[in-house]
Amino acid sequence: MSAWVSDAIDAVYVVAVLVFILGLKAMSSPVTARRGIVYAGIAMLIAVVVTFFSPGLGNFPLIALGVAIGGLGGWYWARVVKMTAMPQMVAMFNGMGGGAAAAIAAVELLASLSNRATSGLSVAGAIIGSISIAGSMIAFLKLQGWMPSKAIVLPARQVVNTGVLVVGVAFGVITLWTSSLVWLLPFFVLLLLYGILLTLPIGGADMPVVIALFNALTGIAVALDGFALVNGPLGDAGYAMVIAGTLVGASGSLLTFLMAKAMNRSVSNVFFSAFGATEETGVTMKGSLKPIEATDVAAMMEYANQVIIAPGYGMAVAQAQGKVKELADLLEAKGVAVKFAIHPVAGRMPGHMNVLLAEANISYEKLFDRDEINAEFPNTDVVLVIGANDVVNPAAHREGSPLYGMPILDVEQAKNVIVIKRGQGKGFAGIENDLFYRDNCHMLYGDAQAAVGKLVSALKQG
Amino acid sequence: MAADIWTALFIALLAVFTGYEVISRVPVLLHTPLMSGSNFIHGIVLVGGIMALGLATNTAEQAIGFIAVVMGAMNVTGGYVVTERILAMFDRSKPKGGTP
Repeated sequence: MSAWVSDAIDAVYVVAVLVFILGLKAMSSPVTARRGIVYAGIAMLIAVVVTFFSPGLGNFPLIALGVAIGGLGGWYWARVVKMTAMPQMVAMFNGMGGGAAAAIAAVELLASLSNRATSGLSVAGAIIGSISIAGSMIAFLKLQGWMPSKAIVLPARQVVNTGVLVVGVAFGVITLWTSSLVWLLPFFVLLLLYGILLTLPIGGADMPVVIALFNALTGIAVALDGFALVNGPLGDAGYAMVIAGTLVGASGSLLTFLMAKAMNRSVSNVFFSAFGATEETGVTMKGSLKPIEATDVAAMMEYANQVIIAPGYGMAVAQAQGKVKELADLLEAKGVAVKFAIHPVAGRMPGHMNVLLAEANISYEKLFDRDEINAEFPNTDVVLVIGANDVVNPAAHREGSPLYGMPILDVEQAKNVIVIKRGQGKGFAGIENDLFYRDNCHMLYGDAQAAVGKLVSALKQG
Repeated sequence: MAADIWTALFIALLAVFTGYEVISRVPVLLHTPLMSGSNFIHGIVLVGGIMALGLATNTAEQAIGFIAVVMGAMNVTGGYVVTERILAMFDRSKPKGGTP
């Protein structure tokens, strides 16, 4: 009998789940994080391998081929991609998970539509999985720059989107009701379309929230598939999927809310308001934009006691993190204290700036969260803002501004603020930045990498 | 067999709290690896894909099951490699740290 085989496989799933939780736990501290992913990786490998021994499985050549194609493709792609392209990679692989969940649900529906309870769960998994893959792909295209990253607003958006969702879900319900497969195709088409429509009006700077949410959604879709599977002939893999999927759903939701809170906006505001599509009008700025030369900035920084660097997406685009590291080292060699102020939503994914600065070998002990560093700005001689805009915009303190209430880096309180910026354009939110017009603020125009490069050479000569 | 679904529901309930507790105190520094790591963990979907394809009996099920396996495998390996690369950078920066 194969009873002991099933038991052995179940035991392995239990161990795998345990190690997933320990691995996730280890990822909450920088010291143990790397160990955490290795543990989780081993657990995953074992869980996948033992699944092949499940009694009654067939189609092994196809399975092996699929694992080889997907596995090697994912491996290669994730290896060769540049560190700056990480946000879109995370979006892409997350979408793959959502797509897999939707496809599994489709197979379940084809195989056992007669069972209402299971099929209901499969339909739910298919809905969430489809939205997750379609939305993640749009996020990928936007982040990769293959599609304009600004908010794309279609006419009658709310009505059309809601309609697509309602009709799509209705097709799913009809499928369950009639036990007929003919409605499955329009069901999937409409839900994929909804995922696309949902993500189109979301602009680039809101991507941290979007990526975190789709990550959570994929987790939930996987858990729903697991629920449907526990009823099947080989149900126990379903429990592993329920636990792993729910873990991700819970942790991903938490991260989503943290990101939205960092912008003082609700998750639904991020998704449904088409933020940044319209520009603020009727606000006139006092003062003027004051350009400054790199040599003057270098001199200013050289004689400062403390310099705080506030990076944003512009640094990522220009791939300036290496130069920034060089600049920080030069300043420290001259006895200037250098710190980095990291806004939680700077960049395009949660923690984006931390990753880039770590890539450039900047010690994470020099990176400070908004809450930790805001009190230091009044005592700081020079703040260097590199390619950040909305996260340092004091308009967040001005009632009536679309940014009002967003917790920002209070760089305007420093004695001198230098802003490295490509041109005079507005930030993602389409709002003039009061900061740039303040008396203590000067603009160093240029690509972030070139501008920081000039500062470095000026410091070397000085 | 509805009992299995109730069992799974109890398990899911506990997993919600586990997921919340385990990551509720993660520093901003680790938000990316955490997200990428949880992205990897939902790659367990590959197991479901193997099940779906392994039990498929006709061409339509096989075709869709195959897509599920390819996508699931991509999720797993891609998610792992991305997370590993990100964490490797944090690891490298650690010994060079110290007071400025």
